Amino acid sequence: MNSDTLVSVQNLSRYYGYFCAVNQISFEVKRGQILGFLGPNGAGKSTTMQMITGTLAPSTGQITVAGYDLLEQPLPAKLALGYLPEQPPIYREMLVIEYLRFCAHLHRIPAQAITSAVNRIIEQCGLTSVTQRLIGNLSKGYQQRVGIAQAIIHMPAVVILDEPTIGLDPIQIREIRELIQSLGTEHSVILSTHILQEVQAVCNHVQIINRGQLVLNDTISGLFAQMQTTHLQVGLRRPPPLRVLAQIPGVETVEGQDHDHFRIRHPTDNNPAEALVERAVAGNWGLYELIPEKRSLEQIFVDLTTEQQDINLSHSPKQDTLLSNSSEANFSEKVDIDQVAGLAADRLHQ
Amino acid sequence: MWIIAARELRSLLSSPLAWSILAVMQLISSWNFAKVVELFLRPDIQSRLANEPNAPGITMMVVSSLFSWIGIILLLVMPLLTMRLISEERRNKTLPLLLSAPVSMTGIIMGKFLGLMSFLLIILGMLLLMPLSLLLGGHLDFGHLAAGLLGTILLLGALAAIGLYISTLTAHPTIAAISTFGVLLLLWMIDWTGYTEEQSGVLTYLSLMNHYQTLLEGIFSTEDVIYYLLFMALFLILSIHRLDSDRIQ
Repeated sequence: MNSDTLVSVQNLSRYYGYFCAVNQISFEVKRGQILGFLGPNGAGKSTTMQMITGTLAPSTGQITVAGYDLLEQPLPAKLALGYLPEQPPIYREMLVIEYLRFCAHLHRIPAQAITSAVNRIIEQCGLTSVTQRLIGNLSKGYQQRVGIAQAIIHMPAVVILDEPTIGLDPIQIREIRELIQSLGTEHSVILSTHILQEVQAVCNHVQIINRGQLVLNDTISGLFAQMQTTHLQVGLRRPPPLRVLAQIPGVETVEGQDHDHFRIRHPTDNNPAEALVERAVAGNWGLYELIPEKRSLEQIFVDLTTEQQDINLSHSPKQDTLLSNSSEANFSEKVDIDQVAGLAADRLHQ
Repeated sequence: MWIIAARELRSLLSSPLAWSILAVMQLISSWNFAKVVELFLRPDIQSRLANEPNAPGITMMVVSSLFSWIGIILLLVMPLLTMRLISEERRNKTLPLLLSAPVSMTGIIMGKFLGLMSFLLIILGMLLLMPLSLLLGGHLDFGHLAAGLLGTILLLGALAAIGLYISTLTAHPTIAAISTFGVLLLLWMIDWTGYTEEQSGVLTYLSLMNHYQTLLEGIFSTEDVIYYLLFMALFLILSIHRLDSDRIQ
């Protein structure tokens, strides 16, 4: 373990009675990593996070935060932690500024640095307009921001956020994502979410947990590689016989879907699209459609979490098209929302 | 630890509950105080006191009775103050903030306890003004007063420690309040059986009020002081363990 490993989790398990919520998880988080923690409901995301933050004791296993064993030296380990639980831990009867000062004290910020730390965090989390209001009277979005502010006020080495963007509007989500990304440059961030786009937008590492077990632990670029095409959707006006298509180098199998639509399967490292186009032009097949089918993150997620612990990448073609269509639709929708949010934000700034 | 105590006190003072308790305490105690002083000043009582060789002084009569009342009223009020200590944190899901902060379990519990104790000291300070007002027209036995005050503080500490422990057991302030009330009442009543049957010395010993009385009479006995300190320590340690086992369960 080198000094840049900020969180190290080894063989972590947690039982609730006989129910095994987390089963033998091991992973490491290094400085500068933003780790997206994905999983369906009840997969053990929150339990794992609670164990890393010391609010829940593990049944077995070892957790090291910033070089300190969480069980043997809890205080220095917790000093390096910032944690936003699922529900922001806010005292409803306190003013925002009082609460933040309290949190600063609680996290051992030296007395002379508190005012500047509180002012900085108010600025960073966009709380300037509500500092003198009771937390209980704030909207959910602002309460969530106060919760985030609380987690990062002492600039901890490890920031753990359990669904941080829940209840926020699109502009706030953008701001919080930017904030998380800026945190990720110097600290490590562990972020649990079930919003897949958030992982794509913010994280550089992804872990998927299902039924208490890690089913995927990869960098986001590794994941994108997994998302590479394995299928081409081809539309031809004057299609040649199937076996001609199958002879193109790189093509593994060809299925005819209807009269002029074909679905070509190919290995990830050998895309026959170029060869296919050349042949189509030469043979005057009337190529009018060529769509690489992309496996979206959503699809990988569904594959990994529904097929029981069995990373089986092949599935029925029909389901595949269906899923990729729906995920594409989701994707474009997400872009729209972001653009709208961006426009709105720009307008606000003017 | 002190930060948690300060926050606890501040949140107590920002709740109407604390202020109404303060007001009710003040009202009842001052009524009682006025009545006792009136009794003390009645001509027939005065003449009888003057004739007795070992007559109780004003400190004995007024202060002891006042503190004794304060003890009983606070026994009734204490569940309301202790009920929210931990259970409300649990209910509002704010406990993770304390648990994930660099504070030990002992720090959390002691912070809560000291926060509540400082509020109780405020109550006591207000109430103490009444016997001190007697200084305008007479003089007090300060040793006696101090013994009574110490006794009250110790009693309150013991009551608060029980309440705190019960508050760590549940996520519902109401349940905590009712259970605390039951336990405190029981500890008070244990004494009564002690009066009727001579052999139940253990029960008498366990009674909270029994040890209080001797201090009110101005007798400073180490035994009583240690009894209260042990009592507090026991329940504080139990609370710490309880909070710790929350993480394991």
